[in-house]
Amino acid sequence: MNRYLILPILIPLLTAVLCLLLFRKPKLQRWIGVSGAGVLLVVALWLLLLVRNQGIQAVQIGNWPAPFGITLVADLFSAILIVLAGVLGLAVAVYSLESVDSQRQSFGYYPLMHFLLMGVCGAFLTGDLFNLYVWFEVMLMASFVLLALGGERGQMEGAIKYVTLNLLSSAIFLAALGLLYGLAGTLNMADLARKFASSASAPSNAIVTALSMLFLGAFGIKAAIFPLFFWLPASYHTPPVAVTALFSGLLTKVGVYSLIRVFTLIFIQDLDYTHTLLLVIAGLTMITGVLGAVAQNEMRRLLSFHIISQIGYPLMGLGIFTAWGLAAAVYFIFHVSLAKSTLFLISGVVGRLRGTFDLKKLGGLYKGQGWLATLFLVAALSLAGLPPSSGFFAKLSLVQAGLVQGQFAIVAVSLGVSLLTLFSMIKIWNEAFWKQTSELKEESEGEISLQKDWSWLAPILFLVAVILLISFGIGPVFQIAAQAGQQLMSPQLYIQAVLGGGR
Amino acid sequence: MEIVLPVVIGSLYAMAIYMLLRRSLVKLLIGLGLLSHASNLLIFTAAGLTRSKAPVIPLAADQLRPPHADPLPQALILTAIVISFGVTAFALALAYRAYRSVNTDDLDQMKTTDA
Repeated sequence: MNRYLILPILIPLLTAVLCLLLFRKPKLQRWIGVSGAGVLLVVALWLLLLVRNQGIQAVQIGNWPAPFGITLVADLFSAILIVLAGVLGLAVAVYSLESVDSQRQSFGYYPLMHFLLMGVCGAFLTGDLFNLYVWFEVMLMASFVLLALGGERGQMEGAIKYVTLNLLSSAIFLAALGLLYGLAGTLNMADLARKFASSASAPSNAIVTALSMLFLGAFGIKAAIFPLFFWLPASYHTPPVAVTALFSGLLTKVGVYSLIRVFTLIFIQDLDYTHTLLLVIAGLTMITGVLGAVAQNEMRRLLSFHIISQIGYPLMGLGIFTAWGLAAAVYFIFHVSLAKSTLFLISGVVGRLRGTFDLKKLGGLYKGQGWLATLFLVAALSLAGLPPSSGFFAKLSLVQAGLVQGQFAIVAVSLGVSLLTLFSMIKIWNEAFWKQTSELKEESEGEISLQKDWSWLAPILFLVAVILLISFGIGPVFQIAAQAGQQLMSPQLYIQAVLGGGR
Repeated sequence: MEIVLPVVIGSLYAMAIYMLLRRSLVKLLIGLGLLSHASNLLIFTAAGLTRSKAPVIPLAADQLRPPHADPLPQALILTAIVISFGVTAFALALAYRAYRSVNTDDLDQMKTTDA
């Protein structure tokens, strides 16, 4: 019982409220926004250490005993993702200082960003399925407004699709919750897991599997898995790059988190059916995503399609369903969010330098901005999975887990998709950084320097540093991920932390 | 009621999906509204319809005596209604802004951001 578990939710909430109180002072809001994100990161690291040393933490909100009240639970998987939210929140908050225009900032950009972080942290922490629905809505509402804030035509069109499909997914989630409550009489995840695991109180497998498919649909839309991803490439490139970077790092990951949570804790009766289906979907998601990316010529769209393709890898770890596979999935989620957000932030700098994201019009950036090209290369090669980058270790461990379980088809697909990922990263490299531009307009070459534009560059440097840290510190980092995988594979630990050992 | 409500829910879902598939922006919003109503009714029905007393502990007793109605699904529905109210209000404003900037409510014309 640790009541400070609520801090990752409380800090973004307080930051957002403070920003709202100072609504007419955008300058002050900016610094509150940045420091709020910094505090969140510190608390997240503390939580990670706490969970690592003392095992799964749970707190009953309002002191109502589980399963009657709402429970917040932090296992290592949750704690790792909250650290991720802290890292990305801080990087994007700093990046937004200059890159998000003052118009957007004065209409509440920073409070919205922190409401989004609150929703994300809430979703990672909650131990109750209906509460998860509420956190989803908090997060969605903030993301709706962030996506539409600014009111450009493209943003409006993107927002319509994003809002519609996400509301559809919420409705499916809600229907699934109703049916699940009717079936089990509880929505506390640990209680559900206990009821479904003991043969006396478990309903028939067929009904539970049918319900699990409703959850797969609902979370699948949010995670942008095949074939439910069409809203993502239609909307993610429309808002400012800072918003896209935050979305790409966190929102789809919440969907993946929920999938991993329910399919390791609650729906584990019919593994042959559900987890094989997950593997098939994982493969198709990887392939369609990367093929879509290869066909794109706009930097942000290309990267958006890569979000989809990379979602397939953690699903592959979930489908393999061993401690090693899940550990790889956890590590992969952390790595891919960092790499993806870094690439988006770099694309923002490129867009500022040249005023376009079109690869055909870009070129020659390596000449003037060699350091930017280097940073891009680190993130891009990490995404593609070249040694000794974090992506290499993430994919290596996934492939190992797949080979041990004899899932050769998905291993082959994942390796093929890695090649195509490398291909499309090299495409950006060639077109934007390496290619000579014949009709390069000299005046369009913006200047960017570390002293003057530190708020653009510092977040990129920070994220690249974290990528290098988890690449070269793979031993201790993967150890934590391995522990997280162990915890995910032993639901009784989770149940015991929430409901207590006496039951 | 056990027979009537599933029929109502089913037709609400059917209507909602039909509306969602239309080209008009306003009909899309109506579809989303119907969808959340259908889901709320589904929670209500799936949690069990009973003709029984409110779950209030009488003065003389110290615990509930069955049969009593389950209050939790109604709390869930209340939460869901409030959320869908907020979301619908936002979606309406968004639709209006989209209509103003694209100059049509035809969803087939809103394809410039599609990949």
